[in-house]
Amino acid sequence: MLKHNKLFFPVLIIMLLLTLLAAIAWGAVRISPAEMGSALLHFLQGRKPATLHEGVFLQLRLPRVLLTAVTGAILAVSGVLMQGLFRNPIVEPGLTGTSAGAAFGASFIFVMAPKMSPVLKSATGPLLVPLFAFAGGLLATWIVYALSKSAGKVSIMSLLLLGIAVNAIGLSGTGFMSYIARDPQARSITFWSLGTFSGASWLQVSIVGMIAILVFLLSFRYAKELNALLLGEEEAAYLGVDAERLKSRIMILNTAMVAVATAFVGVISFMGLIVPHILRLLIGSDNKRLLPASMILGAVLLTLADMGARLLLAPAEMPIGIITSLVGAPIFILLLSKYNLLNQKGGGHA
Amino acid sequence: MLDIQSVHFSIGSKKILQDISVQFHPGEFNMILGPNGSGKSSLMKLFSGEKESYQGKISYDGIPLQQRKWKELAMRRAVMSQQPDLHFPLTVEEVVMMGRYPHFSFAPGKKDIQICTDVLRQMKLDDFAGRNYLTLSGGEKQRVQFARVLAQIWEPPASGNRYLFLDEPLNSLDINYQQEFLQSARELLGKKTVLIAVMHDINLAAQYGDRLFFLREGRLVAQGPPSAILNATLIEDIFRVKVAVIENPLTKIPVMIYP
Repeated sequence: MLKHNKLFFPVLIIMLLLTLLAAIAWGAVRISPAEMGSALLHFLQGRKPATLHEGVFLQLRLPRVLLTAVTGAILAVSGVLMQGLFRNPIVEPGLTGTSAGAAFGASFIFVMAPKMSPVLKSATGPLLVPLFAFAGGLLATWIVYALSKSAGKVSIMSLLLLGIAVNAIGLSGTGFMSYIARDPQARSITFWSLGTFSGASWLQVSIVGMIAILVFLLSFRYAKELNALLLGEEEAAYLGVDAERLKSRIMILNTAMVAVATAFVGVISFMGLIVPHILRLLIGSDNKRLLPASMILGAVLLTLADMGARLLLAPAEMPIGIITSLVGAPIFILLLSKYNLLNQKGGGHA
Repeated sequence: MLDIQSVHFSIGSKKILQDISVQFHPGEFNMILGPNGSGKSSLMKLFSGEKESYQGKISYDGIPLQQRKWKELAMRRAVMSQQPDLHFPLTVEEVVMMGRYPHFSFAPGKKDIQICTDVLRQMKLDDFAGRNYLTLSGGEKQRVQFARVLAQIWEPPASGNRYLFLDEPLNSLDINYQQEFLQSARELLGKKTVLIAVMHDINLAAQYGDRLFFLREGRLVAQGPPSAILNATLIEDIFRVKVAVIENPLTKIPVMIYP
């Protein structure tokens, strides 16, 4: 077990930096470190990019890589939070309806946008789809949360069941929308439900980035209480944890960051499941280490996946969700079988 | 002292506990006994503060339970419930450290780490510190959970008593560890401790308990030192089984045998 290895976090951070550099450098155009340097210099001096490459770096590549990294961090941290909340290591961030709701919101607006008044459309501009997706995600999660509450207490079991039900509704709503959609709209819906970073902009990076920083700082504060919750709600309560308050806080934090991230980049599956899982095998379940480690590894893996999405079919681009599921699922299966084997031997993580 | 006065508790229309008035004093090992469904665990949940919807009064050292801050209560009161189901890989050390959570805000202090080490040593778990909790046997898990609640109230509070409640603590222990467990629980009594256990085994309760409390159908039907109250009629009355109560020739404590 690497848990007591002091090198674990430094190695993880170096991995992140290398991945970010590689992701920025490789793409439809290659960008050399020298060009990155001079572009940043020109930017700081307030001058325009000197070359096409510098422009690509500043306006396309950098925001895209940053948005991918932040989204990866969000999905992984959200996975840790939800798995802690449900005390179940196979829970995904979207379990409480957030991403299905967002997908429905987005597909709704893809279909309705052509019929909308131009005034509303120009008022929201590039935020039209994200706004509807965000609202859809929030609404779906709120329904799940409100219905799972009885006598002021949230039951984790009904949260889970209602999540499944609302997910199904969101999914069929999205299906209906793509059924009645015309061709280009239907394609937008498909692309969006599989996630893409092709539209990344600095505006998106700053919105998602700000929410992410805020939520990460707050969720680290709950690391200890989340640990206690692993023992069960009663045991956590005996350790002085206000379990009801903790549950609602975690739900709010999770919904905020998942709804925002999904609103801009679409639905990306498997990240929230696989990153915490890999890390639990390596460093255990103490949320004080698991949360920051998931943040970094989530950023690394999603950035790599997006490189794949850009490069594998170049010059065409794949939806990133295809890569995360196609690569993520087999790795997940592999880990599961290895993990079971370890348990049978009784060696586990010792 | 834990003082319970005319407590009633029901779930829906079903009366779980009726008119319970009882005092648990520090320095004595209190054992709560009774058939399945007699309300033992419910009573423990009420005075642990886990359930709030009861009628009557419960107070710790004269201060009503409702007036105690939940976080502060956790620094003097620890509860060991029937085995919690933990599905995530954590080391034994990390699980025991959870007992110190009420005492520090983010990172454990030197004192917390020292207490963890001491508790692990006392429970003979030193070699287990780095082991994955999930790979332990049922009995080992039980000992780790006991170490966790011990760590929680390791230091007696500045004023008043500390409280340790054990809900059927012997479930998956073999006879050797059962004895050892009850012995180490008894050793806490010297330092201003109110100690209460819900027990199944009447003989072990009589051997280690200073006072026994019998519940039947939600009512407290008998209480007192084992030698004063344990007799065949009482047990037959409460549990509806034929028994004989004899004196253990080694300890002079009453022992229940089945004819």
